Amino acid sequence: MMSAAIEVLSKGPKTKEAVDAFIAANTFPIIAGSACTFVWRGEAEAVHLKHWVFGLPSSQNLTRLEGTDIWHLTIQLPAKSRVEYKLEVVRNGKGEWRQDPLNHNHARDPFGANSVAHSVGYEVPSWIHEDKSAAKGFVDEIWIDSNTFGRRGFGLYIPARFQRTRTYPVLVVHDGHDYMRYASLNNILNNLIDRLEIADAIVVLTSSPDRLREYADDERHAKFVTEELVPYVQRLLPITDEPQSRCLMGASFGAVASLSTAYRYPGFYGRLLLQSGSFAFTDIGDRNHRGALFDRIVAMMNRYRAEPTVMSERIFVSVGMYESLIYENRSIVPVLMSTGMDVRYVEARDGHNWENWRDRLRDGLSWLLPGPFLHVYE
Amino acid sequence: VPGPRTIAVLGPQGTTPDVGEVIRDLAIEGQVALVRAGYQERESDDADLVKALGVPAVNLTLHARGNEVFKAASDFTAAYTARQQRLRYMQGFYRTRLDGIEAAARTISLRYVDPDLLEQEEKVSVDQYRHMDNDHIERCQAVKATFDRAWPADKVDVLTKHRREVRELIEKSSALVIAGGHIASLLNRLQLFDVLGAVGEKPIIAWSAGAMVLTDRIVLFHDFPPYGSDIAQVLDTGFGLIPGYVILPDAKRRIDLTAHAGIQRFARRMAPSTCVAMDHGERMLFDGTELRFARATRLTTTGAAEREWSGEPSKFSTPHLFGVHI
Repeated sequence: MMSAAIEVLSKGPKTKEAVDAFIAANTFPIIAGSACTFVWRGEAEAVHLKHWVFGLPSSQNLTRLEGTDIWHLTIQLPAKSRVEYKLEVVRNGKGEWRQDPLNHNHARDPFGANSVAHSVGYEVPSWIHEDKSAAKGFVDEIWIDSNTFGRRGFGLYIPARFQRTRTYPVLVVHDGHDYMRYASLNNILNNLIDRLEIADAIVVLTSSPDRLREYADDERHAKFVTEELVPYVQRLLPITDEPQSRCLMGASFGAVASLSTAYRYPGFYGRLLLQSGSFAFTDIGDRNHRGALFDRIVAMMNRYRAEPTVMSERIFVSVGMYESLIYENRSIVPVLMSTGMDVRYVEARDGHNWENWRDRLRDGLSWLLPGPFLHVYE
Repeated sequence: VPGPRTIAVLGPQGTTPDVGEVIRDLAIEGQVALVRAGYQERESDDADLVKALGVPAVNLTLHARGNEVFKAASDFTAAYTARQQRLRYMQGFYRTRLDGIEAAARTISLRYVDPDLLEQEEKVSVDQYRHMDNDHIERCQAVKATFDRAWPADKVDVLTKHRREVRELIEKSSALVIAGGHIASLLNRLQLFDVLGAVGEKPIIAWSAGAMVLTDRIVLFHDFPPYGSDIAQVLDTGFGLIPGYVILPDAKRRIDLTAHAGIQRFARRMAPSTCVAMDHGERMLFDGTELRFARATRLTTTGAAEREWSGEPSKFSTPHLFGVHI
């Protein structure tokens, strides 16, 4: 399949000037309806599109346009999609993954950065950017001497309108520092609180040096968060002492940690925000195809699926349609709902990445910890 | 002999207030008493508003007074806080029940049956909403009545003192002006200090949340919440000075005025009250409880958003429209 823009180029003169004009006239990838055309320019033996869209081949060949140094590939991308990718350029028999030099949209994550393709209808939410008129919360780093994990640091976000005479809900964010770095959490909190869409909240940002172990249904983690961290913050700040005002949040293994902690302390956390949870399970046997890293998660999920119980009041679950965990997340929603808990589930045409999680935060946080927007009529 | 009290209800004031024009139209002179309790901690930031009024104003500082009362009277505060928490929980439970009604109404509306039967079922759904709304109000009133019996105002010295001060300030004023803001905060402070009891027959000018508290039923609404969609919910009764109207401020931003079915169901649910959507520049003028003039948008039981509504009465007819309860 060849896009219209490439077809026009193919029928014209194959000169450097023509290619230069083609590059100058387009933005990349080229989006035309549901067609998304990736383009790379340069000498190579082969160029491959590398992406993480579950359901499509993870490596696809770009084709060289004869007589030029343009490589191209057109795929169908449904409306409102957001896809992270890299291009693998093969030279001298060796492939090198690199960001798309023709595309200025990038997404950062702990492993570096990817290029990003936005299909028709996707817009970067306005509320993720710094709003100069929004009052800014205060962020600090605090240390806790934990009986469970020893001395550990954690971040603390205090809302701009904070007053000692009031009490506040507390939101504990697993991988909170990464949420700040890669998912614009600071801007989002400032903006949504300022717009009255989410409650003035104390936000605790936790990060683990051994998250794959501690987040995978580790009782030490649940104990640390519930019996040490939250009480410690409660001693420092005026936290509303009720389940409705305690929320756990996380993505991927962080969502598992949130669910596991709430499961171990039912009734303590009234709100859960679970993004792209690694909720691996089996319907028969006890070993999931994802490997040993997931064994404890599988055991927990199988136990919970066999006997679903109420652990919280309100749970927001989100996941990307283009990630393999869509299966696990779609599966857990009816199980959670069967208990009577209030569950909201959102899918997006996105992958297992920080900007997917970023884009769902307004939806989730405004539902779990709503601000006074419904009560304010000025 | 003075006529019935004048009440002017305005749309949101925004950055270009028209309240001064209304004050001039009503020939109000001298100092007015100003309520900005809906702005909570920002209640005293009133310089721009006072300038727009065009007359001297004394801010009753109800929010700050409330904080003083809560600081000074710990037993009263504990009981009041418990009451408010109970009301918040009840509001949440009522809201959850509305989801059930909404879900059932939607499921039934999609059945492949005779349209006449579906129309009857829609009336049943509206009746269920009405029943739930009324039940919620009654239960909230009962909670408040119990509290009022346990904690009469004269039992709390600091509250009595502030009530007296507020009454004196109002007595020296020629009108009461109530700004918008946080509706629950505003309502609670007005009740706590018995402001409407002190105002007598003086004119009242109010907008947004300030207008909502003057009605007999306060409804929270937003067709475009950040989490997608929501169902309008009754919060409480207001002071009932302009009974029979549901005031819906900031309509352009908060109401989908093209949603015919949604407007129809909402207006039927609120009937026989008249639903009035109000934006900046719109207003209603009452002599006592009688509407003398309007320039606003009425939401009708046929699902229309009737712009430029000038105040003619709503034509609520027949059990055919509303089912068994009307």
